[in-house]
Amino acid sequence: MPNETTSPPQSVNVQIDGVWHQFPKGTRVIEACEQAGKYVPRYCYHKKLSSPGNCRMCLIEMGMPKMGPDRKPELGGDGKPTINWMPRPQICCAQDVSEGMGVRTTSPLVEECRRGVMEFLLINHPLDCPICDQAGECRLQEFSVEYGNQGSRFLENKVKKPKNVELGPRVTLDDERCILCSRCIRFCQEIAHDDVLGFIDRGSHTVLTAHPGKRLENNYSLNTVDICPVGALTSTDFRFKMRVWFLKETKSFCTSCATGCNTLIGSREDVIHRQTPRENNDVNSSWMCDYGRLKFKYVDSDRRLLEPRVLQNDKLTATDWKRAIANVALQLKHFGGWNIAIIASGRMTNEEMWLTSRIAKSLGTQWIDIVPHRGPGDDILLSEDRNPNTNGAKLLGLTSEPGAMIPKMVEAIKSGSLRALVVLCENPLELGLTADELRNLPAFITMSISQNESTDLSTAVLPSSAFAEKRGSMINGDGRLQRLNRAVRPPGNARDDWEILRDLLQALTDSNGVYTIDDVFRQMSEAIPQLAGLSLTKVGDLGLQLVNIDESPAPPRAPKEDDIELAEAKRPPGR
Amino acid sequence: MAIPASRPNLNWRERAFLPAIVSGLFITWRHFVRYIFGRTKVTIQYPEQTRDADLPDYYRGTPALVKDEQGRIRCVACQLCEFICPPRAIKILPGEIPTDDRFAKVEKYPEEFDIDMIRCIYCGMCEEVCPEQAIFLRKDYVVTGFTREEMVHRKDKLLEIGGVMHGVVLKWNDKK
Repeated sequence: MPNETTSPPQSVNVQIDGVWHQFPKGTRVIEACEQAGKYVPRYCYHKKLSSPGNCRMCLIEMGMPKMGPDRKPELGGDGKPTINWMPRPQICCAQDVSEGMGVRTTSPLVEECRRGVMEFLLINHPLDCPICDQAGECRLQEFSVEYGNQGSRFLENKVKKPKNVELGPRVTLDDERCILCSRCIRFCQEIAHDDVLGFIDRGSHTVLTAHPGKRLENNYSLNTVDICPVGALTSTDFRFKMRVWFLKETKSFCTSCATGCNTLIGSREDVIHRQTPRENNDVNSSWMCDYGRLKFKYVDSDRRLLEPRVLQNDKLTATDWKRAIANVALQLKHFGGWNIAIIASGRMTNEEMWLTSRIAKSLGTQWIDIVPHRGPGDDILLSEDRNPNTNGAKLLGLTSEPGAMIPKMVEAIKSGSLRALVVLCENPLELGLTADELRNLPAFITMSISQNESTDLSTAVLPSSAFAEKRGSMINGDGRLQRLNRAVRPPGNARDDWEILRDLLQALTDSNGVYTIDDVFRQMSEAIPQLAGLSLTKVGDLGLQLVNIDESPAPPRAPKEDDIELAEAKRPPGR
Repeated sequence: MAIPASRPNLNWRERAFLPAIVSGLFITWRHFVRYIFGRTKVTIQYPEQTRDADLPDYYRGTPALVKDEQGRIRCVACQLCEFICPPRAIKILPGEIPTDDRFAKVEKYPEEFDIDMIRCIYCGMCEEVCPEQAIFLRKDYVVTGFTREEMVHRKDKLLEIGGVMHGVVLKWNDKK
């Protein structure tokens, strides 16, 4: 019964299809219906955008409580207010809930309205589902199953509109498929702050177009493709590549910058075809930038390293993992900690960083840092820090200030005091080192995804996995712990990075008790107070906000004392 | 619940079974004699002789891609047949029709279309699911090859088997 005693002041009672629910004030009716399990079909409404109410698909029957002469709601037999139903349907996307409101989402009038709207929308819509990329995730297809007619009563000629229009470098528009929902226009105005799209002409001849002389080329343009309910806006990159029903969607996040936008990776048979944003209101809302979205092509590149290789007779020769790891461990054991440097990467997962820091401890080296990557950021999503896991590196003690030690390292390599270099997922040639200096290093070990100039100069190359090929966690710029999941398998004999590092640690220290990636995380959570009590499973699909992440780098727990002693004991005396 | 079965009432001749056995033997003997004198043909001399002319309309031979009267490859690479194919014999690589092509308005075509005839089970689902009337099970049934590679029908081979199909809906013609 609606009164102040039974409902908290900020919530209101709403009757949806005969059942009373409570919703907070300010909830849109369409959202309230969805929360009550009554999905109302919609085209133009998007919960992250404003509501223009122009598609008319969300028509419902609405009513207000009947007021008595005393201006109090009249109560029915069940003690609830009697509802005065409005004679005409209302749109529910632009209306907030109010006290005592009644909503009918399945009445004959509502169904008839939806059928009518569908018929109008399909008058000029082409029947080209077999070639349309949206087929399979098209709202128009879905709702025409529910509310469409079998045939068309429209005998006149359909309106011709431009097709295959290049709206921008990454978006292709088919105006005939457009149902004029204006989601893309509102997105560009409200989210991307780049007001380039608009409707011109009138009636059936209305077309979506870019402002004359302008193009839809902002860094968020591909989000318009995601929110387009039909196949009007298509991604030029994904266009005609793969039907969406073949794609396996893996929950992951983008590793192109420190924001870590949550994504779905669409892959089929170990090939990634697209990346789309996944809603996470604590990180990226429902959006992601084009820069990060299209940055997955290197996963399927021809330059991927397929076999571990070690230097034999001055030639990098393919070998198996067991020999490669043993070879690397042997190379490193020749040097003392003061001779070895590790250049790690802010693109590594926490687990890999943890194992790296343990390797550094067991080698006894202080020369360890990550390479900073920076680029222009914006105030929407893209971060200036292009390392997805700088915070993880700080938390796990790989570095206190990313890149601070790199110039000294380079200097020491040039002067010859550093004689062994381990490079993890970075290219040292970009740091000011020359090919000759790298070639002269007695031990130069690289772990890398793909071949580059520096891998050719290495004494051992360990092929590792890209972000979509492994499980692991990272901490984004806001201190949120997020999880990567494996979407595709690594090519050839490439392995998970953490497995390589685990085996290397094992070869250096005999035993480390790590069998699964969850073991690595357990060790981390025992050592790092910020991660206490967590596991990879608990991270969940939406991640976890870590507290006290900004505290000065927590001293990582030293590896067990006996590990170090063991490593010291095994080191050849004449190092 | 037991259902009483109705049994025929046999007379004494039928109950003896011997007359029936004798008449059965007589039929066998008659066939034997006809076969000896070449009046009954049980087999045909395949491959010199075939029954291709007698194949029924619903016969399901090898799947093939067809062109229409205008010479357009009907397939638009929607990949529904690839999706429905129970043994996963079909593999399609979609491509975009260049804008200067005669059929540019169709936009999409199969760059590659492979049917692995070792896998194909001739079920006809591809024909049934095709929204473009592009793939049909033809009456060809002789699929041979010395290697697995030869047993994969590529697009050219499929079009060669398919030939031209008359009387299909030309929906892209009056496409707006």
